Amino acid sequence: MKRLKKASRIERINMRNGLLFTLPALLGLVGFTLYPMAASLYYSFCRYTGLKPPVWIGIGNYEFMLHDRLLREALWNTVYYTVFAVPLGIITAFALAVLLNAKVRGLAFFRTIFYLPSIVPVVASSVLWLWILNPENGLVNAIIEGFGKILAAVGLPQINGPGWLADPHWSKPALILMSVWGVGAWVVIYLAGLQDVPHELYEAASLDGATSWQKTRHVTIPFMSPYIFFTAVMGVIGSLQYFTQAWVMTRGTGGPVNSTMMFSMYLFQNAFQFFKMGYACAMAWLLFVLIMVATLLIFKTSARYVYYGGR
Amino acid sequence: MAKESKVLRIATYCALIIFSVAFFLPFYWLITTSLKTEDQIFRIPPVWIPHPLKWSNYTEGLTFVPFFTYLRNTLIISVSNVIGALLSCSLVAYGLAIIPWRGRDFVFFLLLSTMMLPYQVVMVPLFTIFTKLGWIDTFLPLIVPSFLGNAFLIFLLRQFFMSIPKDLTDAARIDGCSELQIYRGVIVPLSKPALATVALFSFMGAWNDYLGPLIYLFDQSKYTLSLGLAMFSSQYGSYWGMLMAVSTVVTIPIVILFFFTQRTFIQGITMTGIKG
Repeated sequence: MKRLKKASRIERINMRNGLLFTLPALLGLVGFTLYPMAASLYYSFCRYTGLKPPVWIGIGNYEFMLHDRLLREALWNTVYYTVFAVPLGIITAFALAVLLNAKVRGLAFFRTIFYLPSIVPVVASSVLWLWILNPENGLVNAIIEGFGKILAAVGLPQINGPGWLADPHWSKPALILMSVWGVGAWVVIYLAGLQDVPHELYEAASLDGATSWQKTRHVTIPFMSPYIFFTAVMGVIGSLQYFTQAWVMTRGTGGPVNSTMMFSMYLFQNAFQFFKMGYACAMAWLLFVLIMVATLLIFKTSARYVYYGGR
Repeated sequence: MAKESKVLRIATYCALIIFSVAFFLPFYWLITTSLKTEDQIFRIPPVWIPHPLKWSNYTEGLTFVPFFTYLRNTLIISVSNVIGALLSCSLVAYGLAIIPWRGRDFVFFLLLSTMMLPYQVVMVPLFTIFTKLGWIDTFLPLIVPSFLGNAFLIFLLRQFFMSIPKDLTDAARIDGCSELQIYRGVIVPLSKPALATVALFSFMGAWNDYLGPLIYLFDQSKYTLSLGLAMFSSQYGSYWGMLMAVSTVVTIPIVILFFFTQRTFIQGITMTGIKG
């Protein structure tokens, strides 16, 4: 009886201490996440300008979405960006990590070069790429034209650089190109993963006469699948919320002809420029659902190819 | 066989060098453009090595924008965020990793699940809350939340704390230490690398943040570097030399920080798998 009392006393003290230590997070959770979530859901059914109290209008905002052409475009642009930027980023990062894992000299040097772009402040790199992708004087087009001249010299058709952010057909590829440049963190993650692949497996494969490609296909990729899966999930969640680069590079316009209007940009405009805060909240919930569905989809399909060693 | 592997090695180095050049070229262009005269900037074919060097892009650029005001504002916000994150996240992680109590797994799960929530969902209500508190156009909305924990950083620290042998904390408890004493005397000293990672990530996050300042700051004297640079870029979009000079100056502190803390960076990335 006495021991029982003592045990429950310790339990009570632990409970109190646990709550006290986690108090900051609990306050943050309630004040900055749970309450705002509930409020956002409520606003999404309201006409809300931010100045006057919200007025309930039922599913009006959601209905309006169906007729909002710009929203459809923004959604399309965002999905387009995600569908290309994430796989291209994964492939590039994977290739770089494989190269670095080939026991090269100067590993720290190369790793630094590939990682640096991803720590550059987003606004600074956006301004820089605006200049690099400049159609007339930009570095990228200067290089393309240089190659073009070589092609022309050997009798092939001369190629010219595209208009990038000035051309609605090339504006999204421009943003994707820039995103691939910032893929360094994934290189670091993959490299760590590659260094964990057991050597014996490669040796066994070699004994069986496997080619390098077969080793990559049947040893490396299965072992790396959890890492690839992880970056795919994080990449998709991040890309669907893509905002700052497109916003800064198009000066908040999403131009040309809305070809870089991203979902988050249009949401921001609705909230803080048009003061349609209720509509913005409805859009945010659509985004949330989209993210959940995309994540779920990756989880479902990954069950087939993600391999967890020993599990 | 040996010949083939030699070819492979050479090919690997060639590929690495080509990729390195491609990844580094934008930096080179950033710095060289910042030192070019107007005439050299727009010349075709492009000038690879600027001559003469136009240093005045820097002096002009930094006086054109109230750079030092922006720098001060950014530092106030970033340093406060580091302090906030270190204090709150380490305490919460301690509560979730070291103290056994009922409901702890539930709180942890709840915290983790908020990582899935896009910021856009809470953006408008948060703006309303901060308006009611009278915090708009102050640094408070950009600082106070960091004192109330960050799910990702808490997760990172919790994983680290869990790896500390339980014997150490148990021994301290038997010696009659309070939880706060164990936190300060045992856990914090043993967790310096993880705490350094948290400090680094929260500093970088605040330094690079654009959306937050864009929502909450209006008065130009309160702008951060990101906000100031973006505004400068949209107003004086054709002054490329000056723009590149200011961009270089915004980037350099982060690059220097990286060189001093490379290990922490790389460890942090691999430990968590996520960019901060």
